[in-house]
Amino acid sequence: MANTPDPAVGTPLRVAFALMLAVLAIAPFAVYPVFPMKVMCFALFACAFNLLLGFGGLMSFGHAMFFGTAGYVCAHATKAWGLQPEFALLLGIAAAVLLGGAVGMIAIRRQGIYFAMITLALSQMVYFFYLQAPFTFGEDGIQNVPRGRLFGLIDLSNIMAMYFVVFAIFVAGFLVIYRVIHSPFGQVLKTIRENEMRAISLGYDVNRYKLLAFLLSAALAGVAGSIKALVFGLASLTDVHFSMSGEVVLMTLLGGLGTIFGPVVGALIIVGMENYFARLGSWVTVAQGGMFIICVLAFRRGVIGEISHYLKKPL
Amino acid sequence: MDSFFGVPMRALFGQLLVGLINGSFYALLSLGLAVIFGLLNIVNFAHGAQYMLGGFCAYFLLSKAGIGYWWALAIAPVAVGIFGIVIERLMLSKLYQLDHIYGLLLTFGIALVVQGLFLNEYGSSGLQYAIPDELVGGANLGFMFLPKYRGWVIVASIVVCFGTWFVIEKTKLGSYLRAATENPSLVQAFGVNVARMITLTYGFGVALAAFAGVMAAPIYQVSPQMGAELIIVVFAVVVIGGMGSIVGAIVTGFVLGLIEGLTKVFYPEASNTVIFLVMTIVLMIKPAGLFGTQK
Repeated sequence: MANTPDPAVGTPLRVAFALMLAVLAIAPFAVYPVFPMKVMCFALFACAFNLLLGFGGLMSFGHAMFFGTAGYVCAHATKAWGLQPEFALLLGIAAAVLLGGAVGMIAIRRQGIYFAMITLALSQMVYFFYLQAPFTFGEDGIQNVPRGRLFGLIDLSNIMAMYFVVFAIFVAGFLVIYRVIHSPFGQVLKTIRENEMRAISLGYDVNRYKLLAFLLSAALAGVAGSIKALVFGLASLTDVHFSMSGEVVLMTLLGGLGTIFGPVVGALIIVGMENYFARLGSWVTVAQGGMFIICVLAFRRGVIGEISHYLKKPL
Repeated sequence: MDSFFGVPMRALFGQLLVGLINGSFYALLSLGLAVIFGLLNIVNFAHGAQYMLGGFCAYFLLSKAGIGYWWALAIAPVAVGIFGIVIERLMLSKLYQLDHIYGLLLTFGIALVVQGLFLNEYGSSGLQYAIPDELVGGANLGFMFLPKYRGWVIVASIVVCFGTWFVIEKTKLGSYLRAATENPSLVQAFGVNVARMITLTYGFGVALAAFAGVMAAPIYQVSPQMGAELIIVVFAVVVIGGMGSIVGAIVTGFVLGLIEGLTKVFYPEASNTVIFLVMTIVLMIKPAGLFGTQK
């Protein structure tokens, strides 16, 4: 199975990928580049979350802790320690992985709904830590983080340079996730999602697979959080708050759980809504709640899931 | 003896009282969650919002209709309970065949809608709700000062928790409920209307949240976000106690409130996180929770 050419790579998948690349390449010339950068940060975050829930069946309700932790560490490393962006990014990711390891080992002791509640509770603990820790500057967050020069060469304060760096990182992250899903490891993960008992009886060390999936997802969420901190020059409590965890769940659900492109589309919709309807304040929260309700009751496949169902091809 | 490990006795008892008050709310809320989860297999994320609705209901009754605290204590749970029943009939009942995660997500969406609407209308600052005349003032117990209202909250929640436990564990109605938790189709075959029982159980769990909300109104003020963060702590309480158990929910609720109060005395920085820390330790030692059984 693993050695044969991947049957999932159909024409629609290639077309969709090419379309995504084309749109993202043109976007900074059509709209203010910060918006598509924000979309890519959240799309990568949602893809990381989708790897865990859509393919591993593990519902984490605290994923913002990895996103936000990486952001804080990356911002602190550039601002307080004056590190170059590539090292700050790596440190941010490392912090997310470390936290992912600790949280993962505790959370995988329970399944299903408990897993969601435990990750939520642990993320709230992490939130309180950042609320009180002096280096995060509490409600203000770490502001005016310099973007610096990538590898000492590329000046990221140039918005186009920043854009294409984010673009490259996003596509790389996206391809990593695609590769993981279609690897033997990904197959085992799907087996565990479908029937954990069966996977155990087949001799798989289920907890090791789950933990690895959790670590991978935390790492990729860390990538997303780090670049977001660089793009906006800001790391704040919003990014570790549980409502951020809720948002990433909604993005994934809306776009299509367990699809390749769903989280990207979901992120586009949610970030777009927040960007253009920001003045409506808490109505955005109401709308998001409404979307949750509609998605769960009548639209469980999500946007991409529906299209893929219609085409009868994976997307 | 005026101090205990360098902490004045009065401060210690004061924080223990605060802990016991918080514990009363943890117990009531986690009890409602446990009752709902037992029969519906749904983690009711809207519990915090329903608690908030209870508080607002009391506030409206007083400010719009001049109806006082004691009537609010009866009316608000019924009103919010009916709201819960409508939600169960219209939405939750469509999800029983699906993965339990969808129930969590749906109720999370409901919480967002309800809290967002109230936030839009009333802003995030709290609304004052006066302590009822009968319970103003307090008693000096010698070692500490006990405000009457706080004493009432503790007593009332113990009574309600005990009553709920008694109904579920010791009466015939409760035995139907427990049987339906074990095997709904068999109970249905014996001629019990399980679907209606599920609806009423959800309504009852929601009513418990609203009851807690009314009791909380004079202590914490009424605000749209009053239940948003609380529900996460209650989730942790439920994980510690073990979801299946009624007694577990009640006992862990009170005990964790006390632990939190003690932490405020000895190491205030950790008072926000101590419950989550306890949860972590319990998960390491006994993943099913203190009173739970691993399925």
